[in-house]
This record gives sequence, structure tokens and C-alpha cells, in this order.
Amino acid sequence: MLETGLVVAAFTPPTVEDMHLPPFFEIGSFAFGKQMLLVLVSVIVVAALFLFAARRRAMVPGRWQFAGEMGYGFIRNSLAKDLIGVHEFKPFVPVLFTCFYFILVNNLWGSIPVLQLPSFSHVGAAYFLAAFAYVFWVGVGIKRKGLGGFMKSMTMPSGVPWFFYIILIPIEFFSNLIVRPVTHALRLFATMFAGHLAIMVAASLTGFLIADMGGIGYGVSIFSGIFGIFLFFLELLIQVIQAYVFTLLFAVYLQGAVAEAH
Amino acid sequence: MSHLMAAEEGASPLIPNGWEILITALGFVILLYVVIKFIAPTFEKIYQDRKEAIEGGLAKAEKAQAEAAAARDEYNQQLESARLEAQKIREEARGEGEKILAEFKERASSEAARITENAQKTIDAERSAALVSLRTEVGTLATELAGKIVGEALDDDQRSQRVVDRFLSDLEASQQRNAGASR
Repeated sequence: MLETGLVVAAFTPPTVEDMHLPPFFEIGSFAFGKQMLLVLVSVIVVAALFLFAARRRAMVPGRWQFAGEMGYGFIRNSLAKDLIGVHEFKPFVPVLFTCFYFILVNNLWGSIPVLQLPSFSHVGAAYFLAAFAYVFWVGVGIKRKGLGGFMKSMTMPSGVPWFFYIILIPIEFFSNLIVRPVTHALRLFATMFAGHLAIMVAASLTGFLIADMGGIGYGVSIFSGIFGIFLFFLELLIQVIQAYVFTLLFAVYLQGAVAEAH
Repeated sequence: MSHLMAAEEGASPLIPNGWEILITALGFVILLYVVIKFIAPTFEKIYQDRKEAIEGGLAKAEKAQAEAAAARDEYNQQLESARLEAQKIREEARGEGEKILAEFKERASSEAARITENAQKTIDAERSAALVSLRTEVGTLATELAGKIVGEALDDDQRSQRVVDRFLSDLEASQQRNAGASR
């Protein structure tokens, strides 16, 4: 570290450890932490909002019902119906709907002061959801086409000369059945994790500049503060986009599982 | 560098916490259950009801339109048939009128003929009656006259008849003679 004289205290950037606050309580090895609480609260929030919106089942919707219908119709029509197809999409609407709003609310926790922790910045949550999606769409594919037919549709794209299959089968197998779930999980986790970390760094730097530097620190803190706010809104955008992307990819995988080979 | 080392010493962010996986799974499954059981069916039902209401309204409107068209067709048909009926009646009436007129004409002419005939008959009868009565009267008068002139009672009917007849035939003969002379 350079001896500039200005540095009166060393800045310690926040680390991964700061994303894992001490648990609220522990029972043996079970430590109930903030992330878990937020996940459970998100379940209540999503369920309550949509149940409340749909409580009247009115032919002419009120404001809440209209919003609920928009939220439901968004996943049902512009995601499930458009991607999976008019004849096949119906049974997959609930799972896609749950996926999207579960992820959305859990991501948005990251932008609500005090709560401020996207649940999927803890990798376990992302692993679970990607694993669930993987088991679900692979299951649907095997049920529809049988194990052989499903494997064929996943690894042997049609319209390719036979000798290309020597190379294509391993590549397709690897990319469709091994890489897919990993990227599905890591994309969500990484964006939430990195965004949260970036905001933490910007915020703690601003705090450090104001509290521990004094003088020039006040001036510089304006930039880091503005940057932090910019990051906050960027992260807000990413939180919504990633919820959509995860669900979109899930729907694309499902479409691949139900589609007839052509 | 110490703080960087500290960051590396911590658990890798890619190693999951098993309990977090479990809680996330629990939360997700609960939410999925609520969605499958309550939320999705409710919204689907709202959509379905609304679709049915709209389609029902359209069907109703279509039905009403079809009914109106049918009523209009029926009305037109009735109008047409009424028009035909009227024309038929008019033609019938005209025919009937002509027939009646002809009948009347015929009846009038036959009546006229009958009246003429009757008149003719009456005239004839009257003439013959007049002829008879004239003949008798003229006979009587002539007899009386002749009786008076002759001074002879001609009471015997037979004789007087014979005298009259002879007189009359003489009269006719003289007339014929006169007619022949005058010719």
C-alpha cells in the first residue's frame, strides 16, 4: 500500500462471508438464517398476492384482479403458450408461473432496504431450482418419447449426415444434458451474487469514505455513492430479467422435451 | 493483501448450504402446491368464464340476427303472396263482373224478346177477338138492318146465319172483284 498520508485507515471490502449473516437460531446443525426466512416469506407474499387478486373471480375485474390476471396471463400466454405451443402448454403453466414469481420476489428482496438479500445469491437455492427444472423437463421428455426417443431427440439433430453423429452425439449430450442444468443454476446465482456483492462494495466504500477518511473522502464519496445508486437500479433490472430468463429457459427446455422431432 | 487472503479462506460461494437447499425446496414446493391447487385453476376459470360469456354473447347476437333475417324473409314472402292473392282476386272480380254483365245483357234481351212476344200475342188475340166480335156484331147489325129493310122476320137462326154467310161471302167476293178491278 502506498504511503500517501491521506490514507488514515485501510478499507476492508466486504466478502462472501458478509453475505452469510449469523443465523437467527440454531438447532443442532440446522442454522435458520436470513436467506431461509426470506424464501419462506416470498412463498407467503406470492401466494397471498395472487389469492387476494383472484378472490372475487369477477367477470369484470377490479384493479387487483386485473393486475393478477396480467401477472398470470404474462406467464401463461406470452411465455408458456408462445413457446410450448397452443396444444401443449396448459399443464406447464403452474410450474412456470411458480418458478417466475418465486424467483422474482426472491430476487427483489435484494433491492428492498433492510431485507436486501437476493435469496439466490446463496447458491443452494439456485441449485435446487435448476435441479427441479432439470428433473421436470427431462421427466416430461422421457414420459412423452420414451427413454430412447428422448435421448435421440436430445443428441441426434435431424437432417445431419450420419458420419457427423460421431462428433455430434457427445457434443449434444454434453451441452443439452450436462451443461444446461449447470448454466441454468449458475446464471441465476452468479448474477444475484455478483450484483449483491457489487452493491455491498459500493455501499461500504461510500460508508468508509465518509466515516473514516474525512476531507477528500467526502468528495470522493459522492462518486461512489452515485455509482452505488446506479448499481442498485442496474441490479433491480437484472433481478427482474434473470427471473424471466430462468423461466424462459425452463419453458424452452420443456418445449424441446414435448416437441415432435422434425 | 491480508483482506484478499481472508476472502479466499472463506467457503467457496459455489458450495451450497444443505439446509438452504432444503428450505428453498420446501418453500418452492409449497408455493407450487398453492398455485396448482388454487391460483392457476382460479385464473383459468376466470378466463374460461369470460371467453364463454363473450362467445355466448356473440352466439346470441348471431341467433338474433338470423331470427330477424328469417322474419324479414317471411314478411317478404307474405307480402308477395298477398300481392298475388290481390291480383288473383282482382282478376276474378273482373271476370265475375264481365260474366254478370253478360248475363244481365242476355237476361234483358230475352226479357225484351219475351215482352215483345207477349205484346204480339196480345195484339193477335185482341185482333182475332175483335175480328170475331166484329163479325158477330156486324152480322147482327146487318141482319137487323136487312130484316128491317126486307121487312121479313128472320128469326130463324139457321136461316139468318145462312143469309149472313151468303152476304159476307158476297161481300168478300165483291171486295175481290173490286180489288181485281182496281188493279
